[in-house]
Amino acid sequence: MSHLEFDVIWRTWPYVLGGLQYTVQLTVVATVGGILFGTLLAMLRLASNPVLASIAAGYVNFMRSVPLLLVIFWFYFLMPVIAQWVTGADRPPSIGAQNSAYITFVLFEAAFFCEIMRAGIQSIPRGQPQAAMALGMSYGQTMRFVILPQALRNMLPVLLTQTIILFQDVSLVSLLNVTDFVGAASKIAQRDSRIVEMYLFVAVVYFLMCTGLSRLVRWLQAHVAIPR
Amino acid sequence: MAMISIDAVSKWYGSFQVLADCTTQIDRGEVVVVCGPSGSGKSTLIKCINALEPFQQGSITVDGTRVNDPATNLPRLRARVGMVFQHFELFPHLSITENLALAQVQVLGRSREESMDRGLKLLDRVGLREHASKFPGQLSGGQQQRVAIARALAMDPIAMLFDEPTSALDPEMINEVLDVMVELAREGMTMVVVTHEMGFARKVAHRVVFMDQGRIVEDRAKEAFFGESAQAGLSVRAREFLSKILSH
Repeated sequence: MSHLEFDVIWRTWPYVLGGLQYTVQLTVVATVGGILFGTLLAMLRLASNPVLASIAAGYVNFMRSVPLLLVIFWFYFLMPVIAQWVTGADRPPSIGAQNSAYITFVLFEAAFFCEIMRAGIQSIPRGQPQAAMALGMSYGQTMRFVILPQALRNMLPVLLTQTIILFQDVSLVSLLNVTDFVGAASKIAQRDSRIVEMYLFVAVVYFLMCTGLSRLVRWLQAHVAIPR
Repeated sequence: MAMISIDAVSKWYGSFQVLADCTTQIDRGEVVVVCGPSGSGKSTLIKCINALEPFQQGSITVDGTRVNDPATNLPRLRARVGMVFQHFELFPHLSITENLALAQVQVLGRSREESMDRGLKLLDRVGLREHASKFPGQLSGGQQQRVAIARALAMDPIAMLFDEPTSALDPEMINEVLDVMVELAREGMTMVVVTHEMGFARKVAHRVVFMDQGRIVEDRAKEAFFGESAQAGLSVRAREFLSKILSH
């Protein structure tokens, strides 16, 4: 076996960087979309309407019991069919692997963010919504100004941990032949037979970004924490 | 006409009856103290007044609006009735001024400037102006409760409900809260106060309501509740209760 040659990284950097950019984009979209949709699901799960609550619970339990790999795979094939059925078009519209990945990740991650937000909402003492309502706030205002800001802050560490996991899970989109960071690196690795170098490089970048993110969590926690 | 009129209200948690046929009236400017042993339903009863607790039977009318009418706009009604809680329930993620301004801006539609201004004036009144930019967690219990009173007053309420406002406080902080309440009572605010502070009741209450096991057992003018000669007329249960809380 020949010695390691890392110059392959500098030669192919623009291509790999494109993959990294997609990975980051997908992570950001899935986190923001997942938290928004997940918070909505959490509010439905906690709603007094039993029909809404059980629909949301069913969705969350389904998503959490199927491996992400399968969800990515099935959604890729099913989404055009569903889109055709919904719009009544003559043929299934082409959604594309990248868009399919965006939608799948938002829908999948929402189930996990839902459970985090549900715990966050439930961690707020009952007196808080009572006080807000006693001041004349509606359910929506109570959620927006009193409950959710506190729930988000309390759950920040767990939300960011979920984001770190999500960041790593993005590599599964290679199943759809979308070129994310790992996908780009592995294509180069195989083309140039520099497997060890490329995978070492990927591991180092993942490590640095994830530790950076953890640091950010700690910094954020100290700066947005509720003074007690 | 009575400002708050409670008429034959009954409430159950499952098969357990928490309120049984409660009837009383609170006139404009009247201060009514509600007392009784724990579990007697007094907190539940005042939470029924602004519909934080639903009830199954009877009716409550506040300033002509029926609380238990499905057509009643409850947020609008609640905005006009101030409430102070046992555990203060300030919003911990907001500064004191934000706590005071939030509902004024969001519910009453006042401008931020006007709300802040009004909030600061009320902080002045409860003696906490210098804490305006702090957060609730940085204040003592007594200070937090005074802020909570100011927050309720900022909505210009037609009546104030107090749910055991001093029972979560350290003894040395009770008076600073009671002083604010006494002043409020003397200004003619309509108040319903659930409390065991009989000194407060003697000082400013017009009437005392005594509850036991979900029922209103006594509903008398203050003099007819505390007076020496009145004691004989009280029910056994009320006399027992009074002798326990007044003995030391």
